[in-house]
Amino acid sequence: MPVLQINGKPRNVPPGSSVENLIATLQLEGKRFAIELNGEIVPKSRHAATTFNDGDKLEVVIAVGGG
Amino acid sequence: MNAPDLITDSLVIAGKAYGSRLLVGTGKYRNFAETRAAIDASGAEIITVAIRRVNIGQNAGEPNLLDSLPPTQFTILPNTAGCYNAKDAVRTLRLARELLDGHALVKLEVLADEATLFPNMPETLIAAKELVADGFQVMVYCSDDPIQAKALEEIGCVAVMPLASLIGSGMGILNPWNLDIILDRARVPVLVDAGIGTASDAAIAMELGCDGVLMNTAIAKAKNPVLMASAMKKAVEAGRDAFRAGRMPKKIYQASPSSPTEGRIS
Repeated sequence: MPVLQINGKPRNVPPGSSVENLIATLQLEGKRFAIELNGEIVPKSRHAATTFNDGDKLEVVIAVGGG
Repeated sequence: MNAPDLITDSLVIAGKAYGSRLLVGTGKYRNFAETRAAIDASGAEIITVAIRRVNIGQNAGEPNLLDSLPPTQFTILPNTAGCYNAKDAVRTLRLARELLDGHALVKLEVLADEATLFPNMPETLIAAKELVADGFQVMVYCSDDPIQAKALEEIGCVAVMPLASLIGSGMGILNPWNLDIILDRARVPVLVDAGIGTASDAAIAMELGCDGVLMNTAIAKAKNPVLMASAMKKAVEAGRDAFRAGRMPKKIYQASPSSPTEGRIS
């Protein structure tokens, strides 16, 4: 089972799972967020086709209050 | 001056016209309802947001800032607050562009030091070059140094935003003379970003000829943020009108009566 680093914390995902699957698991569907995988943006159009490898580093970000 | 001039005095950034010259941040409010109420009172059209990691697995249903401030109603200006080098800043804004469906207008700020939050100008210049080359429209927080401001303009930044005083300090405009030199030389909009404390600070910035003012803490940390937002709206408008009207020359130690000197009874 691949172990990812999501926002700096380890997390197991089922083998073969995609960014889209993870978004569903994290209950982020329909929200505004952006994904970066190993330093590269994963555009929305590629969420379904992008799958994970062991050790992948994932960032999931949103907009928050700031000046 | 005729009426149409009053209507068409817009702030133009990267070819887009805005009716309000007051830009506001969305940080430090008690909740999203207060944020929204203050921003509505400010009349701001461009509002800044920060980009941060989502809280994984906690409060999945918690409200999102952009639900209260939808991009359909405001121009969202993502910032790079908290970035201390060019690489992190560029990375943050690429994430912001993805998050905002390809939106190109951004606020670049690369900080140098946690105590002062002063801009790191060498890293700011590196990041600005990379972002402009990548198609971003960059509004850039910078030192109030006319040479650096000009360099950022020459790189292709769409607005330069020198600090008036330290971020969140509310100390007002500490060096109007430097701002004056920047304004004299700039060919892109100049906005004061950071340091505004109260309405008169904003009015002074606009009277100097600044194209706009960006503030967050002065409104969010006022005792009554909504009322302060309203005060800032008026101050920016009043300062702008005073600048456009052209102030009378100062007459040092030389009084001049406002009433006729002829026809006095004594």
